[in-house]
Amino acid sequence: MTKKSYTGWGRALRANGDLTRPDSTKNMTANAPAIGNRRSYGDAALNDAQNAIDMTRIDRIISFDRDAGLLTVQTGITLGELARVLAPQGWLPSVLPGTGFATVGGAIAMDVHGKNHHHKGSFCEHVTDITLIQGNETRKITPKNAGLWKATCGGLGQTGIITEATLQLTPAKGDLMLVTEQRAVDWDHHIALLDSSDAPYTVGWIDATATGTLLGRGIVEEGETCRGLRPTLRGAKKIPFDAPHWALSAPIVKAFNAAYYRRVPKSGRTVVRPIQDFFFPLDKIHDWNRLYGKRGFHQFQCVVPLDQSGALRAMMETIAGSGLASPLAVLKRMGPGRAGYMSFPMEGYTLAVDFPNRPQARDLIARLEKATVAAGGRLYLAKDALSSGAAVKAMYPDHPKWAAVAAKADPDGLLQTDMTRRLSLRTPT
Amino acid sequence: MTDTWIILGASSTIAKAFTRSVAEQGANVVLAGRRMDDLQATAADAQARGAASTHPVMFDARDPATFQTIIDVATAQGGTINCAVFVGSMPAQDAIDADPAILDGVIADSLTGPARFLQMLAPVLQENGKGSIVGVGSVAGDRGRVGNYVYGAAKAGFATYLSGLRNALGRHGVHVLTVKPGPVDTAMTEGLGPQPFMTTADAVVADIHKALGKKRNTLYTKWIWWPVMTVIKLIPEPIFKKMSI
Ligand SMILES: Cc1cc2nc3c(=O)[nH]c(=O)nc-3n(C[C@H](O)[C@H](O)[C@H](O)COP(=O)(O)OP(=O)(O)OC[C@H]3O[C@@H](n4cnc5c(N)ncnc54)[C@H](O)[C@@H]3O)c2cc1C
Ligand SMILES: NC(=O)c1ccc[n+]([C@@H]2O[C@H](COP(=O)([O-])OP(=O)(O)OC[C@H]3O[C@@H](n4cnc5c(N)ncnc54)[C@H](OP(=O)(O)O)[C@@H]3O)[C@@H](O)[C@H]2O)c1
Repeated sequence: MTKKSYTGWGRALRANGDLTRPDSTKNMTANAPAIGNRRSYGDAALNDAQNAIDMTRIDRIISFDRDAGLLTVQTGITLGELARVLAPQGWLPSVLPGTGFATVGGAIAMDVHGKNHHHKGSFCEHVTDITLIQGNETRKITPKNAGLWKATCGGLGQTGIITEATLQLTPAKGDLMLVTEQRAVDWDHHIALLDSSDAPYTVGWIDATATGTLLGRGIVEEGETCRGLRPTLRGAKKIPFDAPHWALSAPIVKAFNAAYYRRVPKSGRTVVRPIQDFFFPLDKIHDWNRLYGKRGFHQFQCVVPLDQSGALRAMMETIAGSGLASPLAVLKRMGPGRAGYMSFPMEGYTLAVDFPNRPQARDLIARLEKATVAAGGRLYLAKDALSSGAAVKAMYPDHPKWAAVAAKADPDGLLQTDMTRRLSLRTPT
Repeated sequence: MTDTWIILGASSTIAKAFTRSVAEQGANVVLAGRRMDDLQATAADAQARGAASTHPVMFDARDPATFQTIIDVATAQGGTINCAVFVGSMPAQDAIDADPAILDGVIADSLTGPARFLQMLAPVLQENGKGSIVGVGSVAGDRGRVGNYVYGAAKAGFATYLSGLRNALGRHGVHVLTVKPGPVDTAMTEGLGPQPFMTTADAVVADIHKALGKKRNTLYTKWIWWPVMTVIKLIPEPIFKKMSI
């Protein structure tokens, strides 16, 4: 056990506490929350002044049925590792979030979504069983354990420590992606391209600094797996120090975004990429979160119903007008798929934008949160660091059901995290 | 031709990372260690990653009666036979001070056990005229330090043994690589707090494969330990004996 000072991915919130990092689940009891690779931006994976169990060393593949594509793993293994190992064997995890460093445990506890959400739904919809430690007991659950299942999928780890899971994989043609990139010239074009896309994987990068007639412009990427000669993987780069505050200042971001947009020719283009580059484009630069300097950053991510794209456009206008956005902004159409009471997805459009951690940005995020509520949308807890309990509970109508199951599963509240306390999630109202 | 890797001390953190790497290259893996349940789990993991075959076998460095079976299992797989040695133990120096009997075990785990095993395996590799041996020592073997000189002595002995083995087998086409890691983030260093130039098991394994590819004789990992230990080795004994580094 080591006293450690640690943060979420956004580095704006910090905890000081004991982290144990066991290499097996032998003798493990559910007396502290389990955490993965802390790729959640806010405080979901923090437990200040208390203990947390780092699961990343418990990372074995337990069994692999190559014919059925059924894979049982210990939950500390990362999705990037699974993609790397499985793709050459013709399979991929059915859902991959934008970072390969997410662990299977973290993916279940956030019921994460990927670039194929419009077809395949959320991560936990492809999980066939989960092994939980509750108190001193180990139990295996399946979707038949209706309430407990729904409270575990996307359940922030509050129903027990997730130690093993079986994943139904998706066939992959190989470990390469055939990627088509098109310019979206403005908001309406962007939405239209996302609506009409039928590709297995679709995502839009949005230039969050473009205003006026250029508002909402970006690049829509569509991908499918393919096989062929592997382009060489370039080695990972590292950000060795906290960047100065001007590194992501408005003029630099604007210039960067314009160049990034023009990189794709007017007529679009089709390229072949290693799967890692397509699914986890940022993972190549280790510790890129240090680009935002010591104060860290926030990501705002919301989803609004399909008929509220106008409201989302208005939010985009506010963001672009603020001059606070970073190059990292994503627009995506989601399908209805979600597996748990507290799962984020709903059918509609999701927007994610990074902001440096400054007072103006926090005010802006508060305004965006209000607009999200007014549009009948919700915030993603994997990203949140600033919201309030009342707001979140209003966005998640099944919250009371989740809280009731969590109360039974963890009666003494030993699995609480800084997030569940900040948002008083474990109290029903 | 398929590689067959004997992994001695297969439940070690670094060994697990090494096992994964050779499994992904489609090797046969013979997992030798004393915790069978752990070896079974590593075997399943290796199988899923593409190992041609996996063989958990009982191995106790302090019980040479367990050695021959491991060699038999490996030779039965055919292919190019290789061996990587990760076994070792590092009790705190003050524990050894309090109970000198512990010393025998430390020497057995890091030196006499693995050396006797390699002595038995050597004729097989010599006969094959190919194959590699990876022996994991430690920077702690480069100089006797007040904090862990029994462990250091065992590792120094092992490094000298490997150097001789390289000399003996090199002329028969068998390559011997001595690996000297600095602190690695593993079960062995858990709880010791932050260590200088700490590296990870995966990084050590990547370095090992690079060094094998280049047929290097000695590998310091991280590389910075090569200049650091070169300097430390140069400190005259009259000065060194007063230092506690
Ligand atoms: C660059 C980047 C891109 C991203 N893109 C996407 C995306 O496209 N889609 C998406 O959905 N998300 C995305 N995310 C968010 C990320 O996928 C989630 O935050 C995910 O939960 C991170 O996994 P982790 O292993 O780091 O978990 P952590 O952040 O460490 O933990 C997340 C939660 O899971 C719980 N938990 C973790 N392991 C266990 C366990 N074994 N048992 C019980 N509870 C556990 C923790 O207590 C915590 O509540 C992205 C994040 C980054 C940094
Ligand atoms: N970690 C470091 O900082 C570091 C630095 C330099 C060198 N090294 C060396 O690297 C090698 C691997 O160490 P590691 O860091 O991966 O630590 P580790 O996980 O503690 O590995 C040591 C392994 O040796 C095994 N072992 C000990 N005595 C044994 C015996 N009598 N019979 C059979 N197996 C025995 C242990 O088996 P059990 O699992 O059954 O206990 C364990 O698997 C060791 O030789 C170590 O000295 C490590």
